[in-house]
Amino acid sequence: MRIPSVKRLLSPQLIALLGVLLFNWIVFPGFFDVAWRDGRFFGSLIDVINRGAPVAILSIGMTAIIATRGVDLSVGAVMAVAGAVAATCAVTGQPVIIMLLAPLAVGMLCGLWNGFLVSILGIQPFVATLVLMVAGRGVAQLITEGSIVTFNDPVLIFIGTGSFLGLPMPAVIAIALMVGAHLLVRRTAIGLFIEAIGINRSAANYTALRSRSLVLAIYAFGGVCAAIAGTIAAGDIRGADANNTGLWLELDAILAVVIGGTSLMGGRFSIPLSVVGALIIQAMNTGILVSGFPPEFNLIVKAGLIIIILVLQSAKLAPTLDRIIKQRPVQPSIQTSEKTG
Amino acid sequence: MPTDFRPADPGSVGNRQPETSGADANVVLVAKGIVKTFGNHTALDNVELALHAGEVHALLGENGAGKSTLIKIITGAYTPDHGEISVDGVQVHFTTPQQAQSAGIGTVYQEVNLLPNMTVIDNLFIGRQPRRYGLVDRRKMAREAHRILSQYGLDIDVHAELSTFSVAVQQIIAIARAVELSGKVLILDEPTASLDRTEVEKLFEIVRRLKARGLAIVFITHFLDQVFELSDRVTVLRNGRLVGSETIGDLDRTSLVRMMLGKDLAFVHAELAADDTEPSSPLMHFRDFGRSGSVNPFDLTVHRGEVIGVAGLLGSGRTEMARLMFGIDTADQGALNIDGEKISLRAPQDAVSQGFGFCPEDRKVDGIFGDLSVRENIIIAMQAKLGWLQALNRDEQMEIAEHFIEALDIRTASADLPVKLLSGGNQQKVILARWLATDPRFLILDEPTRGIDVGAHAEIVRMISRLREDGLALIVISSELDEIVSYSSRVVVMRDRSLVAELRGAEINPSSIVRAIAAQDAEAAE
Amino acid sequence: MNIFRTLALSAGMIALGCSTALAANLTIGFSQIGSESGWRAAETSVTKAEAEKRGITLKFADAQQKQENQIKAIRGFIAQGVDAILVAPVVATGWENVLTEAKEAKIPVILLDRGIDAPKDLYLTSVASDQVKEGRVAGDWLAKTVGSKPCKVVELQGTVGSTPAINRKKGFEEAIAGQKNISIVRSQTGDFTRAKGKEVMEGFLKAENGGKDICAMYAHNDDMAVGGIQAIKDAGLKPGKDILVVSIDAVPDIFKAMAAGEANATVELTPNMAGPALDALAAFLKDKKQPEKFIITESKLYTPADDPKGEHERRKGLGY
Repeated sequence: MRIPSVKRLLSPQLIALLGVLLFNWIVFPGFFDVAWRDGRFFGSLIDVINRGAPVAILSIGMTAIIATRGVDLSVGAVMAVAGAVAATCAVTGQPVIIMLLAPLAVGMLCGLWNGFLVSILGIQPFVATLVLMVAGRGVAQLITEGSIVTFNDPVLIFIGTGSFLGLPMPAVIAIALMVGAHLLVRRTAIGLFIEAIGINRSAANYTALRSRSLVLAIYAFGGVCAAIAGTIAAGDIRGADANNTGLWLELDAILAVVIGGTSLMGGRFSIPLSVVGALIIQAMNTGILVSGFPPEFNLIVKAGLIIIILVLQSAKLAPTLDRIIKQRPVQPSIQTSEKTG
Repeated sequence: MPTDFRPADPGSVGNRQPETSGADANVVLVAKGIVKTFGNHTALDNVELALHAGEVHALLGENGAGKSTLIKIITGAYTPDHGEISVDGVQVHFTTPQQAQSAGIGTVYQEVNLLPNMTVIDNLFIGRQPRRYGLVDRRKMAREAHRILSQYGLDIDVHAELSTFSVAVQQIIAIARAVELSGKVLILDEPTASLDRTEVEKLFEIVRRLKARGLAIVFITHFLDQVFELSDRVTVLRNGRLVGSETIGDLDRTSLVRMMLGKDLAFVHAELAADDTEPSSPLMHFRDFGRSGSVNPFDLTVHRGEVIGVAGLLGSGRTEMARLMFGIDTADQGALNIDGEKISLRAPQDAVSQGFGFCPEDRKVDGIFGDLSVRENIIIAMQAKLGWLQALNRDEQMEIAEHFIEALDIRTASADLPVKLLSGGNQQKVILARWLATDPRFLILDEPTRGIDVGAHAEIVRMISRLREDGLALIVISSELDEIVSYSSRVVVMRDRSLVAELRGAEINPSSIVRAIAAQDAEAAE
Repeated sequence: MNIFRTLALSAGMIALGCSTALAANLTIGFSQIGSESGWRAAETSVTKAEAEKRGITLKFADAQQKQENQIKAIRGFIAQGVDAILVAPVVATGWENVLTEAKEAKIPVILLDRGIDAPKDLYLTSVASDQVKEGRVAGDWLAKTVGSKPCKVVELQGTVGSTPAINRKKGFEEAIAGQKNISIVRSQTGDFTRAKGKEVMEGFLKAENGGKDICAMYAHNDDMAVGGIQAIKDAGLKPGKDILVVSIDAVPDIFKAMAAGEANATVELTPNMAGPALDALAAFLKDKKQPEKFIITESKLYTPADDPKGEHERRKGLGY
């Protein structure tokens, strides 16, 4: 039987997002106002999806990686590298196609490197991707020679600040990527394979899944996502800021995935829910900006809300909430204890 | 590496008069009526063990027999539900391993549980460093360490890190620490598993010297020849029950194997093997197939519509052979021919594309995807075979899953239930269904009935016969001889990583299987 | 013309006239924090240029943000017997030991750009900007520019809790304290970065009636101002006209914006800390003249009247 759509709408993540948006509305009554200006929508709600786009894009790749029981700490640094490459291409007058593909290629290389360390050499993902997290920013600084490389390339600027059908380009790209990635994993068997690998790598091996190449490909995809986010970030400020682009965003991306309900222990995942997680984080950021709270409270408010959200969807509470929502008893488990020593 | 094992005390070497249990004053430790349950599983049921000073006491049994539970109770890691333990005639109640240790019971585990990045001295003395003026007296420790280790014929740099020494040396250091700490009972849990032959002999010398010093030594191993070489008495457990305690001189190898496997030799071989199963056409041929350090080269022809039972003790190479046949480990010698064509198995994918399937021994670790639904667990091997692009849609998956849920009578409330919520037997059927969905021609089942309840057990046994009738070739590894006898058209016996015997027709009965498993030990006795 | 350059030139002339041999043979060690920002890179290149101008051999050590590296570098300089040491200290504490070693070796130490918590006799002098004054200069400019008109200001703060953010906020607030018509209506942190500056300003624009109520934007550094300017443009307003833009640092990109009429004022945090430092050193070595303990660099205000195009060109090559 198919999961009923009512339940899907009532997922804790969407409830949380609505809650945060309502909270924003309370502290800033104009929060839901959307105007049409210069051929695009304009308003705080639009800011949420626009500013949330980079983390949402990171979280798309991160979801797949975490689902294989991995993690990628280097995505923030890869963003900086990709932004630096894009900006350098722009100021040296490369053709548009190269300017757009070079950062993606570099991002994919970074992802392949991570995947190689994790999948082929068997290094723990946390450690393996820490390498590029540190080194990547250094590479970006080398490319930009420590300064902010500014450019005036209209294509890059369009990617960062343009609009399509009235929506900001970063949001359009994030939505397209989310839909594409979701269809890719769910209309093919990739999603099932990712979950199988994350749940039980050994059993995946016995079931003749090609775990190695799949994990390698997933890290490469994570690198490409980071590169897209990095290109957007560069286009947004019309420059590549190697020191600050993507700084700590890997943590936001991981948080988005966790809020989206994917366990850090791997297994079941949902890309759309991770994107909702990214929007929740951004809605909090934007809310704090328009609320007028002193900045000293930023992190406390954010941490408090995150704790509330995570507690609400925690493993112990979730079945209870589920029951309250569905108004029916929980499925009795028929587990029997296995043999012991 | 300074591994000098010269005996320091030549007088005691080779001193192995069998201990007779005559003098009760000689008894160091007695465990009586021990019962231990986990949930509704009884791990130990009224088990007894008596250890005498100056004896090597082998504790034997197949996996799940209750050896490790018993050891954990004696060493204070578990507390028994019923029963009593006394040391030197005084009843004791251990609640922590430290209590057992100070009562004189020391243990050395297979995986040496010392601190690899600390020095030999630290490992010998940690937790009980000699002190002078409240400070650790390192010089005294070094002197002591040398003195202690020299008793074991070990002259090494005691300031070096433990990890710089071989496993054998580490094991001796672990023994030295255990003896120093405890000094009455020494439990050696599979001490020889990772040692080579000469190292084993050196270890045995040390054990004999300790025995001469009056220690009671519990020796756990899977190697029967070592049991006969070293032990004075044997206690055998099976399915959590005591089978018996015997003086080694009263036993021959066959009777020992019989005790372990619990075969009633009056059992009459099942009907099918002899008559209606003259195998049809050969399907494949493993020739000189092997992997160094894992399985010695073997020859095996597999026919369509036959079940080849694989018997052998734990550690005999049965599972390794199965892994090799499925490409999980790659063979480094020999060849596989299927229908006359040479096939190389470099990965499980190669095996699956040839129509192989494999239900591994450890269901939880290597088999099920706990959080995935029953449906997904059933279709995943088929999906892996189809590739990621040709995805089965939900309805197709459901159809396949429901077919097998019905055909194999898998008890689950829904095909969408996570498989981890199912019982062991039903999980086993799910894995079987997973491979049947790939339409295989050759299935390898490693201990398919282990740890599942009686009803499911019988169903799986019936299923194996049905699959054979359908023309599949099967290889079934099992410790249950009744079971092997009931469905096998041929039985091969593994011992010491080699395929040592092939039994057919009337030969397929528990007693001849037991004899085949024990044979090498019998030869070695002479 | 930059006043430091004039100063340096005159100092150089004095040195030339009085003791050529002394200056020409000087070897000085410079322990730099790292290259975490454009300003830091500019400081490094200006310091090198200032030393070269005076015929001083400069030994340069990049500490990559680590105090232990700086202490190692200073010990190395002492061992090599340099004539003086310049340090841009990465943290404020933990310098007593190594500076005492320098003192015992009779090598004068000059702190650049940041102060430390250590007895004052351990260093010759400290050259730094007055961050409170930077904020005050920005505030004074705004007060003078708006006159008696009411003006709502939004503030883009630096990283929460950082010294420049606290001081630049304090100075600005001091300057507008007497002006009842000027008030800070929104203040949030933009972490000193362009991206965050833009995002924060976007939020402010929404919160303040699409930006129509905002009269000026004060940013604690130019990078955030550049981000904020983009946000103002995206909101359909004209930065520099609809919303006044005032910031601090005087990096090349703000002059670009100024030249385009999109920024109104910036207060210079000069990367030339080495010039005054080397002058004080020359005076000290020549006739043992103890310099001031704290040399404060000038906080010069730049407006579109100060040839922003030219300033941009001049600064471009400094490694900002």
